Amino acid sequence: MVNAIWIFMLVVGFIAAAAQGRIEAVTEAVFDGAKTGVTVSFGLISVMVFWLGMMRIAEDAGLLKSLAKLLGPVVRYLFPDVPRNHPALGFIMSNMSANLLGLGNAATPMGIRAMQELQKLNPDKTTATPAMCTLLAINTSSITLIPTTLIAIRMNFDSANPAEIVGTTLLATMVATIAAIAADRWYRSRTKSPPHTQHHESNSVPAGP
Amino acid sequence: MYAFLTTISTWAIPAIIVFIPLYAYMKRVPVYESFVEGAKDGFQTSINIIPTLVGMMVAISVFRASGAMDWLVGLMRPLLDWFGIPSEVMPLAFLRPITGAGSLAFTTDLIKTYGPDSLIGRIASTIQGSTDTTLYVLTVYFGAIGIRKGRYALKVGLFSDIVGFVAAIIICMLIFV
Repeated sequence: MVNAIWIFMLVVGFIAAAAQGRIEAVTEAVFDGAKTGVTVSFGLISVMVFWLGMMRIAEDAGLLKSLAKLLGPVVRYLFPDVPRNHPALGFIMSNMSANLLGLGNAATPMGIRAMQELQKLNPDKTTATPAMCTLLAINTSSITLIPTTLIAIRMNFDSANPAEIVGTTLLATMVATIAAIAADRWYRSRTKSPPHTQHHESNSVPAGP
Repeated sequence: MYAFLTTISTWAIPAIIVFIPLYAYMKRVPVYESFVEGAKDGFQTSINIIPTLVGMMVAISVFRASGAMDWLVGLMRPLLDWFGIPSEVMPLAFLRPITGAGSLAFTTDLIKTYGPDSLIGRIASTIQGSTDTTLYVLTVYFGAIGIRKGRYALKVGLFSDIVGFVAAIIICMLIFV
């Protein structure tokens, strides 16, 4: 599906620009986009380096295990195929907590760390596991308690009550998250023990990330 | 309630950053060495994301700059008018899943043009805050660990974006109208 969306955006963009007689906009947009991709990746370095260091301290001190135990039932329901004492659960929990508190720049490194742990359980290193899909479902719909950025913007434009959208946002984000988890469950149940699992395993790639 | 939540939000990071090393130090973890050991992976992980992110950003950039989105929104306008939904917020349905910065800029512009306390301003704020940028999250998370086949993850993400978008509009129209 990602292939279809990628080619869709490129082709429709090309046609729309051509129809308006400004095809040169495509060339400019291509290099703008490429630059954004690199800039964002480089911007992530500082955040990743810091939080991965912090997370290693938490891991070594046994904090992640305690966190995973604390919220165990929820995580076990969402990630039934991850072993109970696996380090992935601690990272998943810290990723979910950071999202909840609206700490976006801490949530991403923790989420990626969780993905790396889930990857260790993956027989086929190029294909996502159901647990990875669940983690992404939670992250793309991301329950946030306080949309801090939006409140700040509304304040800037002299809103009478900048925080009045906290309630509506919380409701909408909960609906979106429930939909994501339900859809994830549905797809997961459909792909349970499919014949091609064996096939994937026999094709597994030995290399790491 | 809001003041309480904001306080938690501002205190969370500083508190975590002091608590983790302090707790670990008392457990006799060599905190600084641990930090450096973990931090080592940060650079490589970020670099791993570049190819997937550049690929995705190029397509998004072409799609946005070409004016293709305005054309798609135009197609949907009659349907929205029929429901009494302000069609000004419609571009967010396309922007929100593909670009966080782009949709935030668009939301800011709507708030600026129509006012933060207008229905359009409120709906836009709610949409912006209710989901994350699906394409970005997928690209970064899968890109970092080298997953090329994402299975149904994208479908689930986009489905929840649609649900979140519709829910935001319905909830705002019920509460604010």
